[in-house]
Amino acid sequence: MSARLDTGRPQRLGRGWLYLLPVLLFAAIGVVLALGLERDARTLPSVLIDKPAPEFALPPLPGRDDRGFTRADLNGQVALVNIFASWCVPCRIEHPVLEQLAREGVVVHAINYKDDPRDALAFLRTLGDPFARVGMDREGRAAIDWGVYGVPETFVIDREGRIRYRHVGPIQPRDLERTLRPLLAKLAQ
Amino acid sequence: MIRARLLLAVPLLLLALSARAVTGPDEMLADPELEARARALGKELRCLVCQNQSIDDSDAPLARDLRRIVREQLVAGASEAEIKRFLVERYGEFVLLKPPVSPATWLLWAGPFLMAAAGAALVWTFVRARSVRPEEVTELTAEERQALERLLEGGSGERTR
Repeated sequence: MSARLDTGRPQRLGRGWLYLLPVLLFAAIGVVLALGLERDARTLPSVLIDKPAPEFALPPLPGRDDRGFTRADLNGQVALVNIFASWCVPCRIEHPVLEQLAREGVVVHAINYKDDPRDALAFLRTLGDPFARVGMDREGRAAIDWGVYGVPETFVIDREGRIRYRHVGPIQPRDLERTLRPLLAKLAQ
Repeated sequence: MIRARLLLAVPLLLLALSARAVTGPDEMLADPELEARARALGKELRCLVCQNQSIDDSDAPLARDLRRIVREQLVAGASEAEIKRFLVERYGEFVLLKPPVSPATWLLWAGPFLMAAAGAALVWTFVRARSVRPEEVTELTAEERQALERLLEGGSGERTR
């Protein structure tokens, strides 16, 4: 009898999905924020990945048997480039990891960032010297060419002298197993 | 009154903080025009260490180094665009406080307008839904009117809504 009286109802049901919209929006925002929590916002991706390492020619650390560190040293072999300073506390934490890698035969070079050469030398004499070449970057200009924004940072360079990976902050044993060792093994093939 | 003075003191203190110039006198260029360009450009460049400050605002050593590079390049005759490119090549577009419109950032730029459009569409549908319904309900056919009257007369306390 009252078919027309009910006309409003099916229409309202058809729009029912609109009431779900806030819930869906909330879920979507929740997922995005949860993913954001997982990421470390302070770790910036390097724009230099897969690009050739920048040109540089750094003088040696006086008192160390070395001739300095230049761009040419990066051609022909897989290597790590570590940016360190004696005044940098996380660098001290990281140092045993670099020594371990050097003992295993990995070539590790270093850019000594904004340091007093005497302090840097004392740092290496006390904690050990895992580095093949060390270049002194007293003004921090070479580091800027590498896109460095803090110490320590470590770059993985392939045989062609390209930057393949950047690690920001001290390398923890976990980073060594999860990322660095697999990458070094892949590049060494 | 003490409270009134406090109310005045807070904004004044904030003003003093914001007015504090980080750029030291030793960094400033002798040419006031170039210095003004360096300051303006510095405000557009992000301090990578503090991340939410410009290099013009930041005390961080890296910000100071970048300010020096900006000034050196300006003195050497570089344009603002060239200096920005120099820094983007090293630090990525993140170094620019105002990101350029690119495939990666169009959502960021269009976002507020998309949200406003979505809101307007929502409001429009609700307003339309409300204005339409009463008209449909008020127009009863003759049959319906009869049916309604039957119900109202014959109904013994039953709800007729």
